[in-house]
Amino acid sequence: MVASVKHTLVALVEDKPGVLNRAASLFRRRGFNIESIAVGHSEIAGLSRMTLVVDGANTVVEQVEKQLYKLVDVVKVTDITSESMVARELALIKVGATTATRSEILQIVDIFRANIVDVASDSVMVEVTGDENKIDSLLDLLKSFGIKELVRTGRVAMVRGTDSGSPIDEESVQKIKKRRKKQG
Amino acid sequence: MKLNGAQILCEGLVKEGVEVIFGFPGGRVIQFFDTFEQYPQLRFVLVRHEQAAAHAADAYARATGRVGCCVATSGPGATNLVTGIATAHLDSVPLVAITGQVDRPSLGRDAFQEIDITGITLPITKHNYLVMKADEMAETVKEAFHIAGTGRPGPVLIDVPSDVWVEEAEFKYPEKVELPGYRDVIEVYPEQVRKAARAIASAKRPIIVAGNGVIISGANAELKEFAEKAQIPVINTLLGLGSFPQNHVLYYGMVGMHGMAYANYALNEADLIVAIGMRFDDRVTSKLSTFNSKADVVHIDIDAAEISKNVKATVPVVGDVKGVLTELNKDIEKQSHADWLNQIDEYREEHPSHEIRECANILPQNVVGTIAEVSGGEAIIVTGVGQHQMWAAQNSIINKPRSFISSGGLGTMGYSLPAAIGAQMGRPNETVWSIDGDGSFQMTLQELATIQQERLPIKIAILNNGYLGMVRQWQEFFWGKRYVATPISGPDFVKIAEAYGVPGEVVTDRDEVKASIEKATGHDGPYLLDFRIEPEENVYPMVKLGATICELFEQPKSEVKTW
Repeated sequence: MVASVKHTLVALVEDKPGVLNRAASLFRRRGFNIESIAVGHSEIAGLSRMTLVVDGANTVVEQVEKQLYKLVDVVKVTDITSESMVARELALIKVGATTATRSEILQIVDIFRANIVDVASDSVMVEVTGDENKIDSLLDLLKSFGIKELVRTGRVAMVRGTDSGSPIDEESVQKIKKRRKKQG
Repeated sequence: MKLNGAQILCEGLVKEGVEVIFGFPGGRVIQFFDTFEQYPQLRFVLVRHEQAAAHAADAYARATGRVGCCVATSGPGATNLVTGIATAHLDSVPLVAITGQVDRPSLGRDAFQEIDITGITLPITKHNYLVMKADEMAETVKEAFHIAGTGRPGPVLIDVPSDVWVEEAEFKYPEKVELPGYRDVIEVYPEQVRKAARAIASAKRPIIVAGNGVIISGANAELKEFAEKAQIPVINTLLGLGSFPQNHVLYYGMVGMHGMAYANYALNEADLIVAIGMRFDDRVTSKLSTFNSKADVVHIDIDAAEISKNVKATVPVVGDVKGVLTELNKDIEKQSHADWLNQIDEYREEHPSHEIRECANILPQNVVGTIAEVSGGEAIIVTGVGQHQMWAAQNSIINKPRSFISSGGLGTMGYSLPAAIGAQMGRPNETVWSIDGDGSFQMTLQELATIQQERLPIKIAILNNGYLGMVRQWQEFFWGKRYVATPISGPDFVKIAEAYGVPGEVVTDRDEVKASIEKATGHDGPYLLDFRIEPEENVYPMVKLGATICELFEQPKSEVKTW
């Protein structure tokens, strides 16, 4: 049995209604434990890039990759775990703040290079980007002030260097362009 | 040329070579049905329940290798297809299911007979579509048939809002599909084939497990050449029956839960398993942790996700079985495994697995065996699910592909009768035997009306034991003989058949089995035989629950007789 490791998978998917549903349905049905999933447009019109964090033994991750690949709307799946990559997450944190505690919170926020993006009479909203550890540490420190609300995006990741971490062939790009044109 | 959505779909069906559509009308497909008059080359078969439409289309596909096609209206029509679509999905059957949907302005408003059928069928289709513009119809049909029929086949659903049927669009049928995320041609890695050949060359006790993939790929000849050259014994999964000639000296029967004991022994003792177009289903492996772990596994399958899903492959070979075997056969040296074959022959002598007992009543094994005898092993056998299915699998003679049609993965009771319709439509000049149980038959017997309406000469053999027999057998073995909800009454099947215009007879005397089967065979048209069989006959062998495939219940020796 291989020890449980967190894997980062990047999937290029066609921008189509239901594509996220298809992926989510697959994970649920096969009992894959997906820690986070983040989706947005990619550099190619008509394609979205999905970043998935999968917790499990290697064999399970291989199944996630293969099953995902079988979805017709999924163009490419790459496991970039072993690559040198930049992985980031964004969190918005609403923290309880009184006049007495506000400056202390500000200091902590500064140390983490986070930002205050909203101030209310008894709370502040903190915006922070970083890897999961950084966000977890910040949350840990802010806990004592009272976290009123928290939202996290889940990981987005990109391989360092010039080459794409999830390259797709020119033929596929052309096919997507053609489809886009046809569909106006 | 401007056509409406319904016409474009019909044009597409004609272009894709569809000859027959099974289905049932309704409010949201009236517009589609209305165009049938303009397309007389599309034969429409009206079934009596949408589930039957899906099963018939599925069996048509299994019997012919072409893509089957069925249609139903929105809401309950669509949900009734679900069991049939799931059946096709689990057994890799190419199927295009068309459903009507509420009109676009009503979508999402819980309109009358609105159901999210693309959502419902997400996990049981290879892909599905909701066509939101008539302009997308041609491309959708082209893609649907391509996806259903290529690679690892499977069902595709096309959902059409009713106002899209009548919307007009410029019609131009695409020549090819542009699917960036779909790989229909899988390149075989020569290095993997060479690795497989090396593993085969060094094995002492190799075995071939041939599954449905061999049949789908049309690789029977290649499989035979491979087995003969390398002198490797061949065993079949349930859906692999017919992929290898059963009278061949290297053939050792079906494997698995109700497989031949000697086939299971051989699989368990092998040092190399060559798995071809099969997926190590739990009915084959029994409990995975008990499955042969000393063997190397060469796994040939077109679906990469099947490799090492259940049983770890030592040598994965992803590709179409026919293409892989063609390459492999070039690399295979003539071999001999005389000792190993002798050993399996010994297993077979010790555990013949085909034995039946002395019995005053009709035995089901005998009925199936006689059908095989009378038809010379040339009939297409279509089963339901349960004990009769296993007796049919064990005792039929299936020497050619696409001739044993059965719901393997999903295990859908009620499959036989509607599936027989599809099989007979696909192969009109061959004898189709629907071998069914009295429980299974009662789930879809309304299709007798379809059989009569279409004048299909299907022969129906009901192995009637008054029980939901497979569950009863489990209750006998594992649940203290508490027969809860398994004794099942039925109507007088012969009278039912007669009411539908299908003649038939009850057979109670074991000496009349053969004559009745001959009579049914010779009858010009459909015929039903209601065999009253030994009520508590069991299916042997049977792998014990959670055990290795070698721990089996076998026919008690004291009761054995030969026939």
